[in-house]
Amino acid sequence: MISASPSSHSKSDTSVIGQLARSVVLCLLPLIPLAITTWLAMQFEKIVSGETLTFEIAWVPSLGIEASFFLDAFSLTFALLVSGIGTLVMLYATSYMTGDLRKWRLFGWLMLFLFAMLGLVTADNIIVLFVFWELTSISSYFLIGHKHEDATARASALQALLVTGTGGLAMLAGLILVAMATGTDQLTEILDQPELIRQSPFVTGMAALLLLGAFTKSAQFPFHFWLPDAMSAPTPVSAYLHSATMVKAGVYLVARLSPAFAGVPFWDFSVIIAGTVTALLGGFLAWQQTDLKRILAFSTISALGTLMLLLGLGTTYAVQAAVLFLVAHSFYKGTLFLVAGAVDHTCGTRDITRLGGLMRHVPGLGLAAILAGVSLAGVPPAAGFLAKEFVLKASLGSDWPELLTAVVFLISLFFVMVAGLVVIKPFFGSSESLPQMLHRPDARLVLPPLFLGIAGMAAGLLANVYGKPIVAGAMAAISPDVKIKSLALWQGWNLPLMLSLVALVSGGVLYAVRQPMISLFAPLTRFCVVFPTDVYRASLAGLNSMTRWQSHLLQDGRLRVYLLVVLITLCSLVAGTLNVVNLPTEASWLPLKPYEMMMPFLILCATLMAIRAKSRMAAICALGVIGYAIALIFVIFGAPDLAMTQLAIETLTVLLFVFVIYRMPRFATLSGRKSRVRDAIVAIIAGGLMSVIALVASMSHVPSRVSEFYANNSYTVAQGRNLVNVILVDFRGLDTMAEVTVLSIAALGIVALMRLQFRSVSDSTDSVKEEDAEVKDDMDNTKADTESVERLTHDSHIDNDSDISKRNP
Amino acid sequence: MRSNILTTATGFLLPLLLLFSVFLLLRGHNEPGGGFVGGLAAASAFSLHAITHGVRPTRAVLRVQPRLLMGIGLWVAILSGLPALLLDLPYLTGQWAGWKIPSIGKLGTPLFFDIGVYLAVLGMVMTIVFELVED
Repeated sequence: MISASPSSHSKSDTSVIGQLARSVVLCLLPLIPLAITTWLAMQFEKIVSGETLTFEIAWVPSLGIEASFFLDAFSLTFALLVSGIGTLVMLYATSYMTGDLRKWRLFGWLMLFLFAMLGLVTADNIIVLFVFWELTSISSYFLIGHKHEDATARASALQALLVTGTGGLAMLAGLILVAMATGTDQLTEILDQPELIRQSPFVTGMAALLLLGAFTKSAQFPFHFWLPDAMSAPTPVSAYLHSATMVKAGVYLVARLSPAFAGVPFWDFSVIIAGTVTALLGGFLAWQQTDLKRILAFSTISALGTLMLLLGLGTTYAVQAAVLFLVAHSFYKGTLFLVAGAVDHTCGTRDITRLGGLMRHVPGLGLAAILAGVSLAGVPPAAGFLAKEFVLKASLGSDWPELLTAVVFLISLFFVMVAGLVVIKPFFGSSESLPQMLHRPDARLVLPPLFLGIAGMAAGLLANVYGKPIVAGAMAAISPDVKIKSLALWQGWNLPLMLSLVALVSGGVLYAVRQPMISLFAPLTRFCVVFPTDVYRASLAGLNSMTRWQSHLLQDGRLRVYLLVVLITLCSLVAGTLNVVNLPTEASWLPLKPYEMMMPFLILCATLMAIRAKSRMAAICALGVIGYAIALIFVIFGAPDLAMTQLAIETLTVLLFVFVIYRMPRFATLSGRKSRVRDAIVAIIAGGLMSVIALVASMSHVPSRVSEFYANNSYTVAQGRNLVNVILVDFRGLDTMAEVTVLSIAALGIVALMRLQFRSVSDSTDSVKEEDAEVKDDMDNTKADTESVERLTHDSHIDNDSDISKRNP
Repeated sequence: MRSNILTTATGFLLPLLLLFSVFLLLRGHNEPGGGFVGGLAAASAFSLHAITHGVRPTRAVLRVQPRLLMGIGLWVAILSGLPALLLDLPYLTGQWAGWKIPSIGKLGTPLFFDIGVYLAVLGMVMTIVFELVED
């Protein structure tokens, strides 16, 4: 059934082993989530009886962070959705991505997402929760940008990452505040002591930060704009991440934290308002789209808003509705996305104005679409019907029954219309403008949505028989003091059922008169869609220009400016800490012999010479003198190892300098008087500060047991009498290893920079020929006469030295 | 700029300096010296040769690509820590053979570590020097 892609042209494709390996991986793709689903299903009995499975491993013991996980009924619900739908999506993707050369990459990211999402919904430690949260954002980023040669896909991917990533960071801050207030970073322990959170003075701040994370992830207004753009991802990704699972992470967070935060006015108020606005906005916009995937994306936004609204209400009916709707929505929306993808695959278009009469061509897909559409519109016996009944009950029983019932009624109206758009129009509409059928979808494109659609229907029918314990468990996790109501489909003639019927009928009518209504609402639509996107773009542009300004200020490409920045930063930081240290008032001068006195004198003379030198060679020699003098100091004061190393390093440094000279432009005094004075001041301050630090260090007699340890153990433990070397190769060998590695990387970096420079010179086009000639001229001059006194004191050069450094870095 | 005196002298100096660098490397554990200084000394010797004779002859004397030397050095250092792992000790714990080799001294994993450092430092400096001197 499963074979390697025929259209990939890589070499290994022809080999038998390569093909075999590909087939094995393709088979494993759906089998891994299937195995997880099976394992989770086996835990079902245990979990619904009230047990909570826990698992932990030491992750960062030094910070007290344990990678701990727990599985209760609510986590299990989510985990089953993630792995179950994951199985179907993987199977679907193996067919959908046929012929895409980058499909292996996509499968990899999908698998990463699967595990990240499972980790997210089972994490107990809040840091672990955060890490998995961001991992889902990152895999979403790469999946949206799968067609990375498309600029729109790249921009959408970045937009999704920035919006959800920023929210994720806010969430981390909120979680840390929560951990500080409760004194634990385990979610289960935090939820056991909600009173600590409610009494905390930062409770509003916590709520705001956590909700920022949840709202961005779950595409709540005003952060909803990233989700429709995320439809640039291949359809299996949209079905899996951007409707069934990842976007519900925000809902998961809000639900999970409800026991602690529900009742905090700011929390309830924000969740209800954001949920209501998002639900209405999403429905309103979904109804106006013509692209199947965008319709579904906006209706997903609407569903996410509804879930938030229900969690904000927090009554028994609302919580029950939330759990039911969560499951029902994952089933029918996943199905519809998979159907949309298969239709796109088959007909080459997702535009509903062109699609029609597909029922005859692809009856399997049509059946799946009908099953899902029935659930979406809230027709019995689907799970969606059950969920909607409870949503209506929740609104009727809330504190603002008229207002909320009107809202919920409107949402159901929109859902009915969406069902019409994505099911009736493509499958039963007129097929005049239907493009040529490309090919029939294979079984792997039809069976997953069909299975998911049937599951959605079965969930509604069997809910009262099998679903009760898990729904009750999930409800208990969200709100401890609610009792589950009957899940029977038939609950008698009551107001919610009436409202449902009215919504069904009027939704059908509205579907019929869709076109004239859309033009009526056009200005509102434009405002809702364009405004948040504009805000995002403007803030992104602002951030970019600020970064550019900042980099230009601190890293403008001139070495001396880099040095200035580093030295000034160092001085200000160190000077700040020196305030608290007692400066030595008297120094105990060692009795210095005359030849020892010579060393500082020599160093000072050489320094002056380096500053005043009229050629590079002279300056370098002067620097060499300083280095050798320091080595001599080491010799005199009994550090032969240091002296030897210093000598070797100094020799090589001078050598390297000499080699570099040949590649530099003519020696010139480029700095004006002012900047030289400024440099001198900074240099004197930095040097002075180092002297003070040296003095302070030598004055403070902190008894060090470290050197004593090394002295005592060098020979006995490490079998060496040279302490320095024993420390380097034995006691702190790992440090040495890292240092040598860093040195090697630096060497490779130098090679890369040197080659880059020559390539860029030889690659220059005509436009910079003139400049090139100048460069060559410069280099020739340098080679001919490096020692001669050369002064280019053109004023223009003072301003243009950045140009020179660019040409000859 | 070619100086006959320097060129001739380098011919004698190179083997002497290399010998000295190995001497530094091997005595390092008990007397001043070690892989780092040894590597720098060897690199100075080759650099001197590169200045007087040009890069190509020096490459011929060195025989291997300096980048390869760098890689070998890192690998030797990494591998020298493995025996400790086999004995269920922390990575890089020094292991010593019970006997001595005449004129080299005790044999142990730290010596191999030092040899790795020596090679990596030599390779690193020579990579940079060749890159800078060569056109």
